[in-house]
Amino acid sequence: MKMQGIQMDLISEEKLAEMAPVEKVRFIIDEVRSGKILVLEKGLTPEEEASLIEMTMTLIDPDGFSGIEMESYPSKDDTSIFGKILKKHTVRTRLTVVGPADQLKTLKKDRNMISALLSAHK
Amino acid sequence: MGVITSFKQNFSDFFKKLFRKKNARIGIYGPPNAGKTTLANRILRDWTGDAMGSVSHIAHETRRARRREGVTIKANGHSITLDIIDTPGLATKIDFHEFMEHGMEENEAKRRAKEATEGVIEAVKWLDNLDGVILVMDATEDPYTQVNVTVIGNMEARKLPLLIAANKIDLPESSPSTIRDAFPQHPMVAISALEGKNIDTLYEEIAKRFG
Repeated sequence: MKMQGIQMDLISEEKLAEMAPVEKVRFIIDEVRSGKILVLEKGLTPEEEASLIEMTMTLIDPDGFSGIEMESYPSKDDTSIFGKILKKHTVRTRLTVVGPADQLKTLKKDRNMISALLSAHK
Repeated sequence: MGVITSFKQNFSDFFKKLFRKKNARIGIYGPPNAGKTTLANRILRDWTGDAMGSVSHIAHETRRARRREGVTIKANGHSITLDIIDTPGLATKIDFHEFMEHGMEENEAKRRAKEATEGVIEAVKWLDNLDGVILVMDATEDPYTQVNVTVIGNMEARKLPLLIAANKIDLPESSPSTIRDAFPQHPMVAISALEGKNIDTLYEEIAKRFG
């Protein structure tokens, strides 16, 4: 029997780090539009999240793509000793889940848990 | 004599323009139906006597950003003049079927959806042109929405001041303390923009944070 379901790709921090911000956003949106759920190990920066929202809006089509469901934990300030010594303000991004809005629905979310429902039926 | 008076006036205007401090631009952000335009209307009615825009229980009523310049707010001995930008509700998805559930015809719902997507893009673009944000959250809803997380993250990354307005405290199911617990690093004022509840405290915080 052929197994049916939704493809879920878990993307490592290293794979995302190789891409420029614009490539990351394009990669995510292309994968999600093809129906995949992505779990990003280290998520996106706030600016990249804003770009992703912007690009999503340009691609919404009333007869097809209705947008994305994205859930990430609130980012944290880098509190490493090096960061403090260099007084450099960096943000630690955290795990993020992205998928098509008609197949991924967030049930509950708090500071440390994201609970979501996946649907194979569009 | 008239020439000299006119010269003096022009000279004075030139220097006023040259050294005039730019008003801080404050964006009112939040998810659809959080009460952003209701708050913008409340602020403008209290300090200028008019309103910003229409409100509706159907999401995405505001689909273009509206700017009102030179709104002077006085509170607690502070006075601050702001340019206030009421932005369309931020969202990651827009489905025209949701508008049809409110009785809209398909064509009208699709048009509203199209305008709403353009509004979201406009709101995102405004993030690069602000000096601070009032983030309006619906205190009856889960505060950890992606829109809230993204707006807060963007303000923190830009090191710009952010004030959270936990709105709709006139509703019995509201829980502003949940919002305070979710984002304890930012100042929060619990308000009802609709009824004006606690609005003076919000003005005090606006004068303090954006002054």
